Amino acid sequence: MIRKSALAAALLTFAAQPALADSVKIGFVTTLTTPAAVIGNDMKNAVELAVEHLGGKMGDLDIEMILEDDAFRPEVGRQKVDKLVKSDDVDFVAGFIWSHVLLASLKTATDAGKFLISSNAGPSEIAGELCHENFFSTSWQNDQTPMAMGEVLNRQGLSKVYLMAPNYAAGTDMLAGVESTFKGEVVGRDLTRWGADAQLDFSAELAKVEPSGAEALFVFYPGAAGGAFIKQYQQSGLAEKVPLFSVFTVDALSLPRLQEAGLDAVIGTQHTQQWSPDLPFEQNQKFVSAFKEKYGTYPSYYAAQSYDAIYLIDSAVRAVGGDLDNMDGMREAMLKADYPSTRGPYTYGKNHFPIANFYLREVVVDDAGVWTVKTVETVFENHQDLHVGKCNM
Amino acid sequence: MDGGLVLIQLLNGIQLGVLLFLVAAGLTLVFGIMDFVNLAHGALYMVGAFFCATLTLYFGSFLLAIAIALPATFLVGYLTEILVVRHLYRRDHLDQVLATFGLILVFDTLVHMIWGPQGLSINLPQAVTGRVDLFGIAEFPVYRLLIIIAGLLVAVGLFLVITRTRVGMLVRAGASNPSMIGALGVNIRKLFRYVFAFGAMLAGFGGMIVAPITQARIGMGNDVLLIAFVVIIIGGIGSIRGAFIAALVVGLIDTMGRAFLDDIMAAFLSSTAAENAAPALSAMLVYILMAAILYFRPQGLFPPKVR
Repeated sequence: MIRKSALAAALLTFAAQPALADSVKIGFVTTLTTPAAVIGNDMKNAVELAVEHLGGKMGDLDIEMILEDDAFRPEVGRQKVDKLVKSDDVDFVAGFIWSHVLLASLKTATDAGKFLISSNAGPSEIAGELCHENFFSTSWQNDQTPMAMGEVLNRQGLSKVYLMAPNYAAGTDMLAGVESTFKGEVVGRDLTRWGADAQLDFSAELAKVEPSGAEALFVFYPGAAGGAFIKQYQQSGLAEKVPLFSVFTVDALSLPRLQEAGLDAVIGTQHTQQWSPDLPFEQNQKFVSAFKEKYGTYPSYYAAQSYDAIYLIDSAVRAVGGDLDNMDGMREAMLKADYPSTRGPYTYGKNHFPIANFYLREVVVDDAGVWTVKTVETVFENHQDLHVGKCNM
Repeated sequence: MDGGLVLIQLLNGIQLGVLLFLVAAGLTLVFGIMDFVNLAHGALYMVGAFFCATLTLYFGSFLLAIAIALPATFLVGYLTEILVVRHLYRRDHLDQVLATFGLILVFDTLVHMIWGPQGLSINLPQAVTGRVDLFGIAEFPVYRLLIIIAGLLVAVGLFLVITRTRVGMLVRAGASNPSMIGALGVNIRKLFRYVFAFGAMLAGFGGMIVAPITQARIGMGNDVLLIAFVVIIIGGIGSIRGAFIAALVVGLIDTMGRAFLDDIMAAFLSSTAAENAAPALSAMLVYILMAAILYFRPQGLFPPKVR
């Protein structure tokens, strides 16, 4: 008796579902636990700031943001995406710091017919063979930033470089990127242990740098490992002998801690990035000053990319007038990249990765005595990644 | 491959070794004397690091922070023994594993609640940020040299206590035959408690001295704990001498592996294959050694005299 009426009630609630949604649901997957949570927090702050700047609405729809933690593990990220697309029925999945988490989660989102906007990770596979029409990136493809760095090393006349990176998808991509444009000789190459228990003591590897005859040291150590690396780079005395070049290692997240620790070897080091807090675009200036005012620190590129992701989604939702079932319309709108981006105007390649500029940045001390980064020069203009040829879309 | 590089890597290996010894010493005593499998030992390494980091930031003095953090970690170990561990001595090893695994989760979450997820970073004290010149062929950071010296002093101190004092005699007797010394009227409960707390303090000391090089972070003890178990299996459970020698061996193998294995492998493999295989293989070397010891000499290299 009870079962029958419960069944009837359930059927009625399903029948009473509204045909048009009154909110747009975005599932944002990032790392909120483990020491890497410092990155996830920055992205969360940027996303919340974007929602605030949009007035909590995209067009006429309310924004419903669901934050999920991938705990830096691919299997957890995949489970969270599964939950977002199945039980929360989000309209967009976004976020993803780590390439291996993204690679594990992409199919779950696209099989459910949802858009996936990556606001950081850019593995070569997704730019190539695994490209998908519902995937968009507001960041870059992993190889591009180190390719710009290889070009910088060439321009500065450095002919022997020592490479170090963590042993996972993005680490190998970064080294491959430098090696693809660098014309000199790679005199050493170390891939160190990565994961939740990452190797944080680089003494053995650092000791090999000087004897190798390297004129420059290139590293990729995101998150907490970056701070530990710079500390040891300075402590070992290498800072006075071999200049440091990096990607995704020195940023607005590691600089405050480095400044607190007085590790001034990082000042003057150079790295490449597709964005910088001093880029002159109006959206960027508004973003950076609002972020500083609300959270007290400079935003990192993770934050800028996440802020852009929300605005990209907003442009799509408004283009279809809030009709979230119109996937083709939203896709077409996003392809135009017609939204105010913090990196300035850019276009999308066939694989839905941005074709945009890359800049050389240097660590400096600003007028208020805060360690930050400034743009030195443009390395690449409207650069497209190399894997687009393998994309069959 | 010049002598300077080899010397630096040797010292790096010894430094890792003494750090492992600090953790393994407490572990082997607890396992050997109390027959207690303590998975939470690594958590105490982490707790020591966090105490020291917080106190360093508060007082501005690393030495003062260590001086306070050492008894504080001793106290944490003492309380853990009273509240949790002492109820588990008679239980099966599996029950002990389950309980202490739970303790790891409790400690990790407590640290997360008190200090947040991102960990704590502290600097080296200014006086030891320099480098020392070694025989004119290489330079080595002063602080790492101090770690080696501190670790060796602890090892010598432990050796003297264990072999020359009455307390040490009780500890050795306990490692050989715990029930007998209970029957001889020694307060075994108190002995166990102090051994446990002392082991915790040693592990905490390890965490404290490594914090300025890397950082204090949640879960830092779990990785060290795994290697520490390998060390005590290789050295012989219950033996401090075994723990010391095995720790040095493991530290050297791991460091020399990371330093030279890719070059060695490149001699007979293509360089890309060597570069991709070397990090994986050097991580495996230590476990391969443990497997070999378990096969050829399962009681370890220097086991205490059998009960």
